[in-house]
Amino acid sequence: MIPTIPQSRSFRLIYGSYVLLFFLYLALPLTVVAVFAFNDSQFPSLPWEGFTWNWFFGDERPQIGVFHERGILRAVGTSAFVAMCVALLSVCVGTTNAFLFNRYEFRGKGLLYVLMLLPLVIPGIVLGISILVFSSTLANGIWDLAQMDIQALRPGLLLVILGQFSFITTIATLVITARLQKFDRTLEEAALNLGATRLTAVRTITIPFLMPAMIGAVVVAFLMSFENFNTTLMLVGSDAPLTIAMFDRLKEGSTPLLNAVSLLLMLGSSLLALVVILFQRR
Amino acid sequence: MTPDLECADLVKRFGETTAVDNVSFSVPPGSFFSILGPSGCGKTTIMRMIAGFLDPTSGDIRIKGKSVLDTPPNKRPVNMVFQHLALFPMMTIAENIGYGLRRQKMPKDQIARKVDEALERIGLPGIGGRKVDELSGGQKQRVAIARCMVLEPDVLLLDEPLGALDLKLREHMKVELKALQAAFDTTFVYITHDQSEALVMSDQIAVMNAGRFEQVGTGQDLYYRPDTPFVAGFIGESNRWKGRIDRVEGEALQMRTDSGLAMRATAASPLAAGDTAEIFVRPESIRLAASAEALSGFDNQLQGKVTSILFNGAASRVLVQDDAGETLEVTLPQSGEFATLKRGDAVHIGWGAAQATCFKGAA
Amino acid sequence: MRAHTRIGFILLLTPLVLWLGLLIIIPHIDMFLISIRERISFGVYETSLAQYEKALTEPLYLRTFWRTAVMSVLATAITLVIAFPVSYYIAKMAKGRLQQVLFMLCLIPFYVSELVRTFGWMILLRETGLVSNLLQWAGLADQPVEMLYNDAAMMVGLVYTSMLFMVVPLVTTLESLDDSVIEAGYDLGGSGLSVLREIIIPHAMPGIVSGCIVVFMLSLGNYLTPTMLGGKDSLWFTEMIYNQFIVRSNWELGAAFGFMLLVLSSVIVWGMLRLTGRTLQETMG
Repeated sequence: MIPTIPQSRSFRLIYGSYVLLFFLYLALPLTVVAVFAFNDSQFPSLPWEGFTWNWFFGDERPQIGVFHERGILRAVGTSAFVAMCVALLSVCVGTTNAFLFNRYEFRGKGLLYVLMLLPLVIPGIVLGISILVFSSTLANGIWDLAQMDIQALRPGLLLVILGQFSFITTIATLVITARLQKFDRTLEEAALNLGATRLTAVRTITIPFLMPAMIGAVVVAFLMSFENFNTTLMLVGSDAPLTIAMFDRLKEGSTPLLNAVSLLLMLGSSLLALVVILFQRR
Repeated sequence: MTPDLECADLVKRFGETTAVDNVSFSVPPGSFFSILGPSGCGKTTIMRMIAGFLDPTSGDIRIKGKSVLDTPPNKRPVNMVFQHLALFPMMTIAENIGYGLRRQKMPKDQIARKVDEALERIGLPGIGGRKVDELSGGQKQRVAIARCMVLEPDVLLLDEPLGALDLKLREHMKVELKALQAAFDTTFVYITHDQSEALVMSDQIAVMNAGRFEQVGTGQDLYYRPDTPFVAGFIGESNRWKGRIDRVEGEALQMRTDSGLAMRATAASPLAAGDTAEIFVRPESIRLAASAEALSGFDNQLQGKVTSILFNGAASRVLVQDDAGETLEVTLPQSGEFATLKRGDAVHIGWGAAQATCFKGAA
Repeated sequence: MRAHTRIGFILLLTPLVLWLGLLIIIPHIDMFLISIRERISFGVYETSLAQYEKALTEPLYLRTFWRTAVMSVLATAITLVIAFPVSYYIAKMAKGRLQQVLFMLCLIPFYVSELVRTFGWMILLRETGLVSNLLQWAGLADQPVEMLYNDAAMMVGLVYTSMLFMVVPLVTTLESLDDSVIEAGYDLGGSGLSVLREIIIPHAMPGIVSGCIVVFMLSLGNYLTPTMLGGKDSLWFTEMIYNQFIVRSNWELGAAFGFMLLVLSSVIVWGMLRLTGRTLQETMG
């Protein structure tokens, strides 16, 4: 079943159409979401009432577009802030983890590595509630001890950031470790040999080598954070990130406004993904 | 004159195993010194101790007479050309060569000038802006050397740098490395498992085995006057016979081989009758002849049958099976005399006692 | 260890330990502690297994638990069956540019929020949706058809959401299979089916295992798809956790549910690894 082995015409036809069907299945929901963003109607469904840009740029009721909808814009801002923090934090810790696992032999390393992988196999909701439970235990403990109410430990942006960070770091670690494993240690020795100190060698040789992976990890972490739902749902306070805000609106009944937001999201993430791919290829 | 590099009673143990076992040597200024040995003999360990990537278990390393044991690798006045060169792939050629100078905080314009000079020196002017992967294997080699030489090290270490090159280029680079060494007039310490690299380039060669130096000397010393059976067997090729000594007269001796032949040879170390011993004879020391009369001047004579002709141009050999059933390798003279030799032909072979070196065998 | 490597080691170890300790290990221990206590009166708690007893005796809870498990396994199996031929096509049949483009197309839905994907299926499947209209137009139905809010719709959504996590590992392992090995299989007299069974599938096993584990985890922990696409009586276990925590504020029972979900997922992942003789490091790392 490879091109060099002859196959019957009908087999090839059936196989080909199956693959085609699969890609239709992949594309269908996204296409539908995108198309109905331009429907001049209150509902993202048939009948088609004509083409409009109002769901993007409209500024009067009932068709207020994305760019005039305060709630959505604020949610985008919140999401971007959270994603930024998560991306930076997780890539920093991911990098130190990668160096630790790559450069040191110590007792309990295998166990620590397995622990590091665990967040990937813990359901997001469970991660969320466990952090919620622990932070409130902490907050209550501090209240009992010192009568201080630490707002940061109550559901809110800090917990959302920590919750997402808790599993995105694993992904960042894996991405950066994979690259570090390909690094030729003699390059660092060569740098030492040419008069660099240990830190200078890492800064001038190893980090530039890791850069593509680190930037890739930043983007992946940013996207994952931006789109995260399960963990965020359990930890969110009054400032709702975009996915939560959209979810609340979706429950109340949807307008093509949500399609417009979704389309912009799709465009935004594809653009980011494209940038990464181009960057990696260079 | 103080030697550029001096190792005294150097020992390195990894747990139970002793990688370097009490090695001492010194390298005079401006010379080309090679450490030759099979892989795993400890030569890389010595190199890494000199560069400072490993601490010796005991012993001392002195460069220009000063111990460098407490000097970290980035402060030692030695530089190293790594086995796979370790050129920095994220930098241009000029940035690679200037790396060490930047670490010394040299002003930019001065670095640029030095880099240009170095490129000129290795015969690759104007390639400074190129990326590492745009160069050929031989060019990379020269850049790796230039990257070290701009720092004007007291000693340049080279860790099998020709290993990754193909055969043709390797032959060419041997000559070129020797020329570069002369041009830079710096002490080179070169490690390799390839005897031809060592023999062609070096002023002095140390043959290393199992953590120890077997012999230190010039190429000729090692080839013609090996001190130990290991050196005799490792450098060049040899026919070998094991046996027991019949009698000894000074350096000359006669041995009875295990297959019952009596052989005359020269002792490399003191031997007494009754000792077990081993005789080494190089294929090119054995004379091939059609009749026994032509060999009357030789101490050892045998007759046998040609079992195989191994044609390899100037290095062609004949495999001869003697009456005792042993197979010998004999160099096939290219003078045309034996052009018609073929399998199954009866031949006579002979060699002198001076060309047969005898070592004390393992008990 | 020399002094400076010791310092470096400690500096690198600290973030890892803080992260795993404060955000993963201690919170889960705390969650467990909360799940084994019972509220006697205001502010007074007692250690007991009452929450687990409640969870395991109340038929609704128990049914939802098993339903979630079985449906997740089913979703994983369906995803594997759908994804395998496609991954094989991408890895071995398509060449050059086409291969890259197809692979990229598989990645795109992943870059789009799960919410958007689910929203798309809602637009397609609901009463006023596209499929319903299409059926009416084609004369296959004479009134609007509601295709949302049932198990089938939920399954479509679950499979869709996790498809990528099956395709990527499968494509990666299948690509590493040398064409000449397949050719040798045919050359030695194998048929398409026997080559598939004896050469291709065994080679793809690591990819199958890691794909299945990830897809299973994602299905089990999914909240959006069952909530939005599933029916009123097709409750998902994550919804029950959410309800106990956020709606009812019964953290003790919610924590017990969370722990049950964690145990269920660990047992199934562990079982899958045991069955195929692989380790978590190999499969995830």
